[in-house]
Amino acid sequence: MRYEKPENVAEAVKLLHAETGVARILAGGTDVLVQLKAGMVEPDLIVDIKHLEGIKDITPEDGGYRIGAAVSGAKLGEHAGVVALWPGVVEGFELIGSTQVQGRATMVGNLCNGSPAADSVPGLIAANAVVRIAGPDGTRDCAVIDIPVSPGKISLAKGEFITSVFLPARPERASDAYLRFIPRTEMDIAVSAAGVSLELNADGICTAARVALGAIAPTVLLVDAAADCIIGTKLDAASLEAMASACSDACNPIDDKRGTIEFRTQTAGVLAKRAALIAYERAGGRT
Amino acid sequence: MKNIHVSTTINGDPTEFICAPDESLLDVLRNRLALTGAKEGCGSGDCGACSVTVNGRLVCSCLVLGAEADGAEVETIEGMADGDKLHPLQQHFIDKAALQCGVCTPGILVAAKALLEKNPNPTDTEVRYWLAGNLCRCTGYDKIIKAVQSAAAEMRGE
Amino acid sequence: MALDENGKRIFKVVGTRPARPDGIDKVTGRAMYGADATAPGMLFGQFLRSPHAHAKIKSIDTSAAEALSGVKAVITSKDFGTPEDESVRDVQDNCMAGDKVLYDGHAVAAVAATSAAIAKQALKLIKVDYEVLPHVTDVDAAMQADAPIVQAGRAMDDLPAGMSENVTYHFEFGHGDLEAGFAKADKIVERSFKTAATHQGYIEPHACLAAMNSDGKGELWCCTQGQFYVRELCADIMEMDASQLRVTASEIGGGFGGKTTVFIEPVALALSRKSGRPVKVVMSREEVFRASGPTVSSSTDVKIGMTNDGRITAAHATLRYQGGAFPCGTVQFGAQSAFAAYDLDAVQTIGWSAMTNRPKEAAYRAPGAPMAIYAVESVVDELCQELALDPLEVRLKNAADKGTKSSYGPTFDAIGLKATLEAAVAHPHYAAPLGPNQGRGLSCGFWFNFGGNTSVSMNLNFDGTVGITEGNPDIGGSRASISQMAAEELGIGYEKVRTIVADTNSIGHNDVTDGSRVTFAVGLATIKAARDAIQKMCARVAKIWDIDEDAVYWEDGYAKPSGPNAGTFEPMSLEEIAAISAETGGPIAGHHEVNADGAGVSFGVHLVDIEVDPETGATTVLRYTVFQDAGKAIHPDYVEGQMQGGAVQGIGWALNEEYIYGEDGRLQNPGLLDYRIPVASDLPNIDTVILEIPNPGHPYGVRGVGETPIVPPLAAISNAVSRATGLRLSELPMSPPRVLKALNAKG
Repeated sequence: MRYEKPENVAEAVKLLHAETGVARILAGGTDVLVQLKAGMVEPDLIVDIKHLEGIKDITPEDGGYRIGAAVSGAKLGEHAGVVALWPGVVEGFELIGSTQVQGRATMVGNLCNGSPAADSVPGLIAANAVVRIAGPDGTRDCAVIDIPVSPGKISLAKGEFITSVFLPARPERASDAYLRFIPRTEMDIAVSAAGVSLELNADGICTAARVALGAIAPTVLLVDAAADCIIGTKLDAASLEAMASACSDACNPIDDKRGTIEFRTQTAGVLAKRAALIAYERAGGRT
Repeated sequence: MKNIHVSTTINGDPTEFICAPDESLLDVLRNRLALTGAKEGCGSGDCGACSVTVNGRLVCSCLVLGAEADGAEVETIEGMADGDKLHPLQQHFIDKAALQCGVCTPGILVAAKALLEKNPNPTDTEVRYWLAGNLCRCTGYDKIIKAVQSAAAEMRGE
Repeated sequence: MALDENGKRIFKVVGTRPARPDGIDKVTGRAMYGADATAPGMLFGQFLRSPHAHAKIKSIDTSAAEALSGVKAVITSKDFGTPEDESVRDVQDNCMAGDKVLYDGHAVAAVAATSAAIAKQALKLIKVDYEVLPHVTDVDAAMQADAPIVQAGRAMDDLPAGMSENVTYHFEFGHGDLEAGFAKADKIVERSFKTAATHQGYIEPHACLAAMNSDGKGELWCCTQGQFYVRELCADIMEMDASQLRVTASEIGGGFGGKTTVFIEPVALALSRKSGRPVKVVMSREEVFRASGPTVSSSTDVKIGMTNDGRITAAHATLRYQGGAFPCGTVQFGAQSAFAAYDLDAVQTIGWSAMTNRPKEAAYRAPGAPMAIYAVESVVDELCQELALDPLEVRLKNAADKGTKSSYGPTFDAIGLKATLEAAVAHPHYAAPLGPNQGRGLSCGFWFNFGGNTSVSMNLNFDGTVGITEGNPDIGGSRASISQMAAEELGIGYEKVRTIVADTNSIGHNDVTDGSRVTFAVGLATIKAARDAIQKMCARVAKIWDIDEDAVYWEDGYAKPSGPNAGTFEPMSLEEIAAISAETGGPIAGHHEVNADGAGVSFGVHLVDIEVDPETGATTVLRYTVFQDAGKAIHPDYVEGQMQGGAVQGIGWALNEEYIYGEDGRLQNPGLLDYRIPVASDLPNIDTVILEIPNPGHPYGVRGVGETPIVPPLAAISNAVSRATGLRLSELPMSPPRVLKALNAKG
């Protein structure tokens, strides 16, 4: 195995594109090193991207924020601006692992690991976040929802890697929330999860919503039918029940050592309800 | 694979070592630098027994490559006491019986120190969530939380 | 051995909370655990393990591995002989598979090489030809006549018709007329329960450093609860005399019973012998789960009859335990302990044990008792609910006490069950109000506690300080307690005493640190060793004063003349006597070797409040109080620590911990991510109340406390969930999917 620490993006792209064996990006390392130790991956090349310019920066942009791919959870949680604008995205990210893992883990790494249960992804999708990708053919932007393909597989081409995530601006009276179900209080992989982002009007009526469910299908699902149930409402009980049902209907989970199909399906709806209410409260709505 | 030469700082001392590219910082500390205070409980970032700080951030050293320590500042349990003067957390852990077998203790002390540097007056709940990544099987955590709080009070000058 | 006549003595050191001698080493990272030792020329050992739950090994070709540069030795079962003793053969076979692999993770070969990386590479070069066989992992399935046979020829004598050859043991206990008893009952509840296997979950994986010399002598450093038993097993397996092998116990990072045997040590020694160099072996966390010793899993049927006013008239339990791929007698403890808390006229427990294709069981705090008492206490609670009776009052009404003939035979001497129950009734926790979706549960718990072979040596240094050499690894602060008892008995300050845990050459035999025996038995031996030293000191002083030996007595650290007739002499302190001991005959030492009995049983009661989220089935523990009889708490902090630690292990067992096997017989969750032990944020404080009903069998009244606390949480939490939800769950763990499914079914 070779360990390389490129100085700039072009060099990084070149290394990745030229590698004939197995290459892995190293940002936080909280997935790669686990897999390395377990023998699940035997990389020929590790590319440490933490020394690229701007890759650890959080920069205001067009009313939103551009977050470098190597920004750790701990660092993001300390950024008052991002926390205020997209609390659901941050809280999803911050649920990953322990304090120690948070000291290293990155949203981009979490996304690119391709787990259906990745905690940062539902919030990012609900936020309509966009990643910027560097590659042999130059730079391109891509919606987060188009990155996961199937468990463990993402849509990037050989030689490409993500350099930053863009969280867009949002109007007043808008907020988001993320909840997951785990059997303990910390340290578990999500059994089911929901990220909800809402916009309200001056009367507290929901005018826009995005509902993303995690750990209940091969990739995170954006459930338009669920969002439709609460758009135009003040999140009354009946609308929320309908939303929960729509969520459960959309689920396509598996039975495994972490949860059963019926458990995941049922709790996804419960979490979506609860996350919607939190987002509503944060957006200034009153139930 | 070809070994890598790393220059780093450990507990304030300039340190150089050679390691394989796939060796973790934990492997380096224990096997190359004879700093066996950090323990391998799981090798997968689930137990926290290997906790150290890198550039002031609390991390699992089993999830950091030795190569990544280059140019960084690493603090381990061995650097917590000041010569033979124990850190208040260390003293309170002994006084309040916050350890039984003691194998998780170095990781918990490093983690607790990082917490109190960030938040000198945490609630019990904040302490518990901060330490959620440090598994202890002997104590049930009760006396650990109490020792962290009593050390924190002393450090606040109460 | 009786209580002192001055049984009401005021203790000066015992009962206080001094700092433990290993404290500074442990908070600075200096303490040396199993994996922390190195030796010049050391090699690294790695094990090749079976990916199949059950298979014949048709051949193993190690030639390519042996040829790899850096590999110094490769071991298979061919490198071992055949121990005479069946139980030692089982240990050896478990450490290294013979002609069959019996569980997923069973070792088939091992390599020692100049680096761990090379050793791992070598494993990939070993070619094993397996013939996969059908497997069985469930205890009830393993008992069926058509089950795959795990090991032929191991079935119990007089195997009942319809049971498979996997059934290896059968036990029965009890007394009285069950039929008549049930006839008297106003209400009978009959229920079946299942518990999954759990793991002790010690944070330190097994590790050792083995060094064999060409003269046949060997040194073994390992984390263990019992270096003498390790020596016995390894010497037997390696065909060495005991005196040729010196075993040193490192500091131990948790054991709880799981480190009372060997899994890697004989193979490490064999690798060292073959390579001619020291070999270090450290288990990975995955290996710990797959190939060390989890608990049994169980299937039990309990039937209890009760009158309307809460008197148990008859009680019956059938326990079926599987202890992995080897015969396992743990069900005997389960059958004995199941009804121990109760004074019963009619009781019977039947225990069956079966082999399965799972790792070989090892003890985990009160082995066999948690799953049995979980079932019994659940049924007692259900009866209380059905009859609308207060659960603590019902326990008190039926509680065993001094003079009760236990369900497993012996008649109890003074015990603390009623005291713990009364303390629970009076405690504010029991009266605290509960909110919606909340419930309060309780359970009794019990463990026999053991004494066992113990040797202690006490040496008086010329400067008046005292060195104590004992042979039981310190898993919870016992060195402090030993020093306290010595200081108390000698009448000197705690800071003058230093207790160390010695290797197998430096002290006489000591049984394993188990059975909650150390504070009791090593403490007892320490007190006797102190008395031995005192007697010798008095004899020296008598000589100095030229009076009879029996005219000198010891009090508060001084030898004193016994009365005016003895003469007028200035009392002599231990320090003074020690200072001139070279002139009065030589160094002074006391020692004591015993196979201690008289261990006192320890009863406990746990109260727990929980809340169940009705939409997800998640259970949160809100409040927890442990009441336990310690006899005499030598160091109250460490007694509390045992109560709290055991309770939290039980909480994990009740709510989330389980070994999960797939259809393929492979363990699906061999890691700390998916084997879910409690984390700090899962729990409230664990409040403790220590009762002291002295054990007549110990000079200070000590009872072992370490094991009892894991017993009550299982039923206490299940009973709390029942009271919060109106549901009676009968399978552990009560993970959220199970609870939610039951809530949905209830509607």
